[in-house]
Amino acid sequence: MAEKDVLIVAEQRGGTIRKISYELAGIGGQLAQKTGGELVAVLIGEGVQGAAASLGKYGVKKVLVADGPAFKLYSTEGYVTAAAKAVEKVQPGIVLTGASALGRDLSARLAQRLKTGLVTDSVGLDIVDGKLQGIRPALSGKIQHVVTIPESRPQIASIRPNVFNVPEANGPDASVETLDHGVDAGKIRAKVTEVRASAGAKADLTEAERIVSGGRALKAAENFKIMNDLADVIGATVGASRAAVDSGYAPHAMQIGQTGKVVNPTLYLGFGISGAIQHLAGMRTSKVIVAVNKDPDAPIWQIADYGIVDDLFKVTPALIEEFKKLLAQG
Amino acid sequence: MKIVVLVKQTPDTETKPKITADKKRLEEGEIKFVMNPYDEFAVEEALKTKEKIGGDSTVTVISLGPDRVVETIRTALAMGADTGIHISDPALDSADSYATAVALAAAAKKAGFDVIFCGKQAIDGDFAQVNSRVAETLDIPQINLTTKLDLSATGGKAERRIEGGEELIEFPLPALISCEKGLNEPRYASLPGIMKAKKKPLDKHDLAALGLSADAVKPRLQIQEIRIPEQKRRGVKLTGEVTETVPKLVKLLREEAKVI
Repeated sequence: MAEKDVLIVAEQRGGTIRKISYELAGIGGQLAQKTGGELVAVLIGEGVQGAAASLGKYGVKKVLVADGPAFKLYSTEGYVTAAAKAVEKVQPGIVLTGASALGRDLSARLAQRLKTGLVTDSVGLDIVDGKLQGIRPALSGKIQHVVTIPESRPQIASIRPNVFNVPEANGPDASVETLDHGVDAGKIRAKVTEVRASAGAKADLTEAERIVSGGRALKAAENFKIMNDLADVIGATVGASRAAVDSGYAPHAMQIGQTGKVVNPTLYLGFGISGAIQHLAGMRTSKVIVAVNKDPDAPIWQIADYGIVDDLFKVTPALIEEFKKLLAQG
Repeated sequence: MKIVVLVKQTPDTETKPKITADKKRLEEGEIKFVMNPYDEFAVEEALKTKEKIGGDSTVTVISLGPDRVVETIRTALAMGADTGIHISDPALDSADSYATAVALAAAAKKAGFDVIFCGKQAIDGDFAQVNSRVAETLDIPQINLTTKLDLSATGGKAERRIEGGEELIEFPLPALISCEKGLNEPRYASLPGIMKAKKKPLDKHDLAALGLSADAVKPRLQIQEIRIPEQKRRGVKLTGEVTETVPKLVKLLREEAKVI
């Protein structure tokens, strides 16, 4: 039913549904239950028809598919137009996207096209007095905004990766419908000509569930090997502080913080990181923060849940062995 | 080439926020305001573009906000921008990203542009919407999170950062480019630059001057409350020999925190 329904903009890359889509289905399903509406998804891409029905396992009732060569690679213009068509068709009260590179790019442009509000980077979403209420970090996580979109519809929100749970995959297949998207590939002005993957197959920092991060105390680029070794054992992605990047120990793509990436893992392990305010800005929302630092007065301790006051070069090898032992037990 | 840069004045990164009694705003008293750090990359890229394209290229800086934002416009003028526009109107006091974008787009249109530069986001609200919303209002392509740019008088090639890699994009002008760290190294304002900036034209535009009604900038988003997030930290700090501290930490991570 119009206005009660929740529409999620599912994400895929290379035809594979991304985890953020399941997180969207999880929170989207909860909101739809409260509004008494249906959970509908729009899936945009090339050759994605086959993957669409499987979204049903995560609670999606219906998937509108915009499939074609125009959507092989992401373009703001093509994807926003298709998403807007889906909104026009479903007339949802709420639209959710990921706060991913794609979702952030798409959601803001879509919100302006629909002349409505957008809660970026939501870490909490609920229905209060019949309206969507979002909680979002601002000022680099030092404050939170509680926001609503009082009048305009739909109410749009983007969600931070790793915040909302993936529901159990036990639902029936979703019904799949082809969306009349009206996108003409020839009319897209800004065209993506290539997507280049960074070296290493690990999860990107912004989506990683576990992060091992090194600071200036690593002393040299080659010493990041022990960070990699530890990360391999626990399935983590390696990050770095600005001090380590500025000293040339790690590339900027690995930088976490104000001018680097904002991360939100379940487990963050920081080694030899003092915890400058700019670094905290990028990782303070991590669920569990572990510090290893020689200096018992370093600012990182103000936000650490656990930690060892010691030399990282002594602690890390022992930690690798201990994690190996534990994980071998299962 | 007509180049426009959108800049915002934000609290500097060291700011310790204090929330007003009505919980809707931050106390401004103790805040030190600076140019939004990402906007410095935008100003630099605008100046580099002007230098590269040459001819009668101009750089116009546009900012919206209370009178104090004039300082930030002057900073950009001191770096080398040519003219400034300050958008100020009581109807914009509670402007959200929607209203801000409508006003900025109108000012850019009035000034005329071939390309618009802005930061990838402002570090205070962190909404990261105004860039895309301005591009949509003006119906021009947007290139967000740009880390590399090769611009000519008619179009360009850019690289932008996405999860796990980069996208390479080709686009025609006019377009909007939001700038990410790594794109360039912003220059400092020189002393002669600061002296010159005082004499550069800086216009103040209210909504009427932009041809907008108060209704056209009605906010879509409402901040109900601003709060300081709870920090429920356990604060377990282990000291001693690694043969004791390491097994203890791993045990805590498994049994108490349940993250391994």
